Amino acid sequence: MKIIKTCLTAIISSVMIFSPMAYADKWSDQFPHIKATGDIPGECSYESMSKKNYKGKTLKINTHAVPVMGEPTALHAEQFAKLTGAKVDVTHTPAGDLYAKAMVPFQAGQAPYDIVFGFSNFINDWRRYLEPVPKKYVEMKQMQDVTPSHIGIASWDGVMYQFPVDGDRHYLKYRKDVIDNPKYQKKYKADTGKELRVPRTWKEYGEMAAYFNDWDWDGDGEKEYGSAEVMKKDDLMYAAFYSRSAAYSKNPKTPGGFFFDLETMKPLINNPGFVEALTDWVEATKYVPPGGINFGLGDEIGSFGGGQTLFSFSWDDAFVAAMQPDSPINNKVGAAQLPGAMKVWNRESNSWDEGFNQAPFFVWGWAVGVAKKSKEKEMAFDYLCFFANEANHQADIGIGRFGVNPFREADFKADVWTQIGWDKDIAQSYVDTLAEMEKSKNRVFPLRVPGTFEFNAALATAAAKALAGQLSPQAALDEAAKQWEDILNRVGKDNVRKAYAVGVAMEDNKL
Amino acid sequence: MNFKHKYVFLFPGLFVLIGILIFPIIFTIRLSLSGWNSYTPEMNFIGITNYIRLFTDDPRFWESFFRLSFLSVSTVILQYIIGFALALMVWREIKFKRFFRVIFLIPMMTTPVIMTVIWRTFFHESLGPVNDLLGNIGIGPILWLSDPVIAKFTVIIVEVWQWTPFMFLLLLAGLLSLPKEPFLAAAIDGASSFRKFVYVTFPLMAPISIGAIIIRLIEASKIMDTVFVLTSGGPGTATETSSFYIYIKGLREFQMGYAATLSFTYLVIMIISLTIIAKVLTKLMIKE
Repeated sequence: MKIIKTCLTAIISSVMIFSPMAYADKWSDQFPHIKATGDIPGECSYESMSKKNYKGKTLKINTHAVPVMGEPTALHAEQFAKLTGAKVDVTHTPAGDLYAKAMVPFQAGQAPYDIVFGFSNFINDWRRYLEPVPKKYVEMKQMQDVTPSHIGIASWDGVMYQFPVDGDRHYLKYRKDVIDNPKYQKKYKADTGKELRVPRTWKEYGEMAAYFNDWDWDGDGEKEYGSAEVMKKDDLMYAAFYSRSAAYSKNPKTPGGFFFDLETMKPLINNPGFVEALTDWVEATKYVPPGGINFGLGDEIGSFGGGQTLFSFSWDDAFVAAMQPDSPINNKVGAAQLPGAMKVWNRESNSWDEGFNQAPFFVWGWAVGVAKKSKEKEMAFDYLCFFANEANHQADIGIGRFGVNPFREADFKADVWTQIGWDKDIAQSYVDTLAEMEKSKNRVFPLRVPGTFEFNAALATAAAKALAGQLSPQAALDEAAKQWEDILNRVGKDNVRKAYAVGVAMEDNKL
Repeated sequence: MNFKHKYVFLFPGLFVLIGILIFPIIFTIRLSLSGWNSYTPEMNFIGITNYIRLFTDDPRFWESFFRLSFLSVSTVILQYIIGFALALMVWREIKFKRFFRVIFLIPMMTTPVIMTVIWRTFFHESLGPVNDLLGNIGIGPILWLSDPVIAKFTVIIVEVWQWTPFMFLLLLAGLLSLPKEPFLAAAIDGASSFRKFVYVTFPLMAPISIGAIIIRLIEASKIMDTVFVLTSGGPGTATETSSFYIYIKGLREFQMGYAATLSFTYLVIMIISLTIIAKVLTKLMIKE
């Protein structure tokens, strides 16, 4: 009897243990994208979605161009269609036009798309046209794992409008095979008298990038360069500038605003901290690859990911692309926090505070919402929930070109990354970098106010003029500040202040 | 015919004209007097505030306009010279005349955006083949797209390549329609090829040339796709043209009211300046 009991227990235990894997096999056979994990049980898993019936219904999605975010949108649309019987139409739009593509029909009271992809800093302009994420999704298990900062980015006044599918931040990427190479450390010391190490400050970053510029330091017969950066005016360059500015301008001793002084709403973007950052950036044009001044995000990913430069800083994509098995620099890269500065501007004392300062920039992530006027809201939220289910998410974050980056607590474990072939120490440095940013008390969040696009465009145009040598850094930022004043007057200072206060509260650790 | 019947035949055309031309213009004028933007999406009446902003506080628009003038005039002049030369070449009895006529038209048949993407790849400063080839003979790298001055000439190269065939086509059609008698008379008088061109071909071609130049100027003044794809108006604002700037204000920054102001002002300026240019060209090129 005891033997029978033991056997039965073993059989039942085996069934319980291996049942998820049985599902996994079943679904990963049909959908090879999730072959590494198989289906992972949950409210929006493959298994759950297969029980939905949306036959005869059409879901219309506007997303970014392929591959970044556009490719996973289309892939998951195809999978969703197969599972539910729905017809899913996906439209691909360039990044610069995502805002208008949704806003034009929004303002005309139409809903040509049920789902619109954009950036999380569109939230203030878009939220009145978006359906809040229903409670059942907000409270489900997969959402509980999203980090508080990314819940905050997707929400406004405690209401979630954007379904979290991505988490973005800027950090430093460097060539580990150079920076940690004793031969180069010795040579650098001999030539400059300084240590070759992961740069702590933007000045060190510039010195090292200039030193490793325009010669073949990896012996592949091609010249390499110092840094790949997003410098193209209409291609998110403002975000790169904010990253470079944070260390000089985000002073933990002076809460109350990074972009504006919340009290007076005076733009701060032409203060000496920002000017110092732009001066550094103008200098950087000397150590980017030829044509680097026109690099958009795609170029930056291709340049660093293809082994052309020593450094890069921006979103995860270039790092993940560099770590893919087919990359020439697979397992030769490292991640670290954005460089800091040895001084930070104090706007209250109107002087520099000496000492090391560092401030992570959370940029924004890809964001997606469901149109309030959509007639297929339930199907739309189910699609988004399916897009971000655990199996899809784990597969997506390992593919650099997808643009899906960590935003869940589970992503900050090294094992997730070693499973896809990363060296253990690189995986650890990567997750440590991300986790440290989450813990930082001196963070910068993106500008999310009415007219965000105008503010960022004015800043980008001014910075681009400085990079092209059309204006000095001070003159360029004075021009941008003047335009910000004009925009404030058009939009209304109080409107902007009210919205900006939400971001400031997050930066000042009050939310 | 009964007087009223005439209107019956005119009305359909009139309605279409009102629908596709008059209404959009009136709507644009009304929009230009509003502050429609992303946060106040309404036709609120703000008077001439946008026009005051344009004329007193927007140097970027005027810079883009003068840049556009430089780009469109220089590209059209080059297109005219090259197009005329090519048309003269295949107008004469040469071998493979038909083949050359087709070959010269190919750039115009291609899609501008796609061709500009290809040009952008060619001119990519670190990965493109142009700098690679020049590097082999010790030149470069040339900053085709990232030097504020050179980038303008890169735009000109692409525009000239794309649209010279259009000029070629119009001028060749003109050459083929010229009467033979003046040329026979010139030949009998023993005029050289150069004198025949200066005193016969060019004057006879003047009306067609003016038409071709004006058509191309109108088209060139709308230059947008090449700039959008090739340089995005950069580096800085070095290649930003009026239409690209209007696009940024309207569909990037969503300042619909202000973009309408820019569009309407731009339309008025273009109508006036092209009328003047046509008059001047007529005076210079057509002798009574």
